[in-house]
Amino acid sequence: MSGHSNWPEWIYIGVVVALMVWVGAEAWEAERLVEHVPADAETIIVTGQQWFWTFEHEDGTKEIGELHVEVGKAYKFEIISKDVNHSFNIHDYVVLMDAIPGRVNTVWFAPTDVGTHDIQCREYCGLIHYNMRGTLIVEAPSS
Amino acid sequence: MVLELQKPRPVWQIMFSTHHTDVGLLYLITSLAFLFLGGTLALAIRAELFLPGAQIIGDAMTFNRIFTVHGTTLIFLFIIPFASSVGNYYVPIMVRYKDMAYPKLNAIAFWMIPPAGALIWLGFADFTWYATPPYSIISAPGPAADMWIFGLKILGISSVLGAINFIVTILKCKHPDMSIGQVPLLAWSFLSSSLIILVAIPTFAAALLMLLTDRLGVSGFFNPAMGGDPIAYAHLFWFTFHPEVYVLVIPAIGMMYEIIPRFSRKPIYSYNSGVFAFVLLSIVGFSSWAHHMYATGMSFTEKTVFMVGTLAAVPASAMHVFNFVATMWNGRIKFSTPMMWCVGGIALFFSAGAGGVANAAMPLDFTTHDTYWVVGHFHLFVMGTIAFGSIGMLYYMFPYVTGRMYNETMGKVHFAMSFIGTVLVFFTQHVLGLYGMPRRVFDYPPIPEWIAMNQIATVGAMIIGISMAIFLANIIYSSGKGKLANTEDPFGVGGKYYYPFEAKNPHHD
Repeated sequence: MSGHSNWPEWIYIGVVVALMVWVGAEAWEAERLVEHVPADAETIIVTGQQWFWTFEHEDGTKEIGELHVEVGKAYKFEIISKDVNHSFNIHDYVVLMDAIPGRVNTVWFAPTDVGTHDIQCREYCGLIHYNMRGTLIVEAPSS
Repeated sequence: MVLELQKPRPVWQIMFSTHHTDVGLLYLITSLAFLFLGGTLALAIRAELFLPGAQIIGDAMTFNRIFTVHGTTLIFLFIIPFASSVGNYYVPIMVRYKDMAYPKLNAIAFWMIPPAGALIWLGFADFTWYATPPYSIISAPGPAADMWIFGLKILGISSVLGAINFIVTILKCKHPDMSIGQVPLLAWSFLSSSLIILVAIPTFAAALLMLLTDRLGVSGFFNPAMGGDPIAYAHLFWFTFHPEVYVLVIPAIGMMYEIIPRFSRKPIYSYNSGVFAFVLLSIVGFSSWAHHMYATGMSFTEKTVFMVGTLAAVPASAMHVFNFVATMWNGRIKFSTPMMWCVGGIALFFSAGAGGVANAAMPLDFTTHDTYWVVGHFHLFVMGTIAFGSIGMLYYMFPYVTGRMYNETMGKVHFAMSFIGTVLVFFTQHVLGLYGMPRRVFDYPPIPEWIAMNQIATVGAMIIGISMAIFLANIIYSSGKGKLANTEDPFGVGGKYYYPFEAKNPHHD
């Protein structure tokens, strides 16, 4: 059409495609590692409802709005919802998984340092979505 | 040519006209009215978030309604009708036909927009532009929610009618001497985006009906209490609305293809690669919808498939950017207002695309998903790319629509302030997202970084607001009292333009 050679565009497209392949491969590898749940992970059932979080530990202890965990252990969250969609989020540990009524979604994490972190809802769930918050308290091992 | 201000004719004659330049004018005025309405809501949102605690909006429900109507308005009542306006003015002339293929259908498609807009604005729903079930079924207050559903239904039909018209006009009504390979890129953009609409919209149209019957309690498609699944809605919605992103952006890219070669005083670098990228984008646009759903509990395999589909769209977008830069390279560029908007738009398009790659990569998405990062990301597209291209096109069309020139200095000030404002608001929102602030929140805890980022964003929004007031003053004043334009070559860059005034409007003599 334009009568000139188009090789600079092909080189450019080649570079872009190579970059995308690299990003895709790295992301695939990272996600594969992240999704591998350790066998000894303790299960915590997380329930989202308008507009608070409840947590149930393996030993039956229940907590509302606060979650106590110990450094060095791995935890698997089983996330459910009692009403509408929510999204369970501990931003500091890149924990994010939707709580969807009728489904059980899982995600895991292993806290590395003692301290407190914010828990929040990241999916719009109505009137008080903005204040559907909680606290993660990471404690030193008890034994 | 539409010179209503110089040769006044009764308003009803324009309103009931089916001529493409008249329908184009109706689309233009309607879309600009909604731009200012929707923009005002954006300023209210930013003012509210300037500090933690309630500022100007008294309660969360009002805030939720405002951001829902803000998004719905600017996507469906500004971007799409504005593109239809440009298509109406230019497509028939570019394919050398007397009008759109179906003039009455064209007018009907336009006249569905005002009632739909009225339903959305009078209802003022609160369930976000995604109408998230089961919230929208069991919790969202009516009749606002139902009015929103009907409004969107009407807009969907309007889009489909418009798309049919553009496709038939371009493919069947183009001049017999003209091959499809000679159709200008702006018209190609309408062909591509119209084809996407025909494939994508029916899915959401079905989902809307299911949502309505779910709300009425006679079905439970998306209601888990009745055995349904909200994830089904997510698939139906995003199957329409990820391709819809390309419906929004492709005409804006087409507008840049019209403007950039003229002001670079060079032919487009590669017409073929522009066409190829449009067609490629229309196809791969359908392979990426579920990247909006990584966090809904999808399997590793599903996520991988949609990540690959999403990354596949990047080279096609990159081809457009290359084409624009290569066209400008060694050109004798004249930076009139329309050109400035386009060049700014390309820069922001590139930034938006780069941010999109981060969202597509699975592990990174869990950091950015549903935070302000995403808000910043898609606003760089809808504001930074689409609105910038559209506003550039508006300045470019202005002398043809009114016969007068806009004020060039005010146009450049409008651009400079909007560009600075857009960077301040939406780049900052990316950072805010990395700090973890969720989107769609009425209030936030007093975390110092969050406050600082929100304040920068609010200042940026106010700068955009002021620039838009300058814009409004400029177009109102100039359309009545501006200098008379040299309609053969209003920008003094030479060459031949497409002249909307060559369209034979039967109402003009």
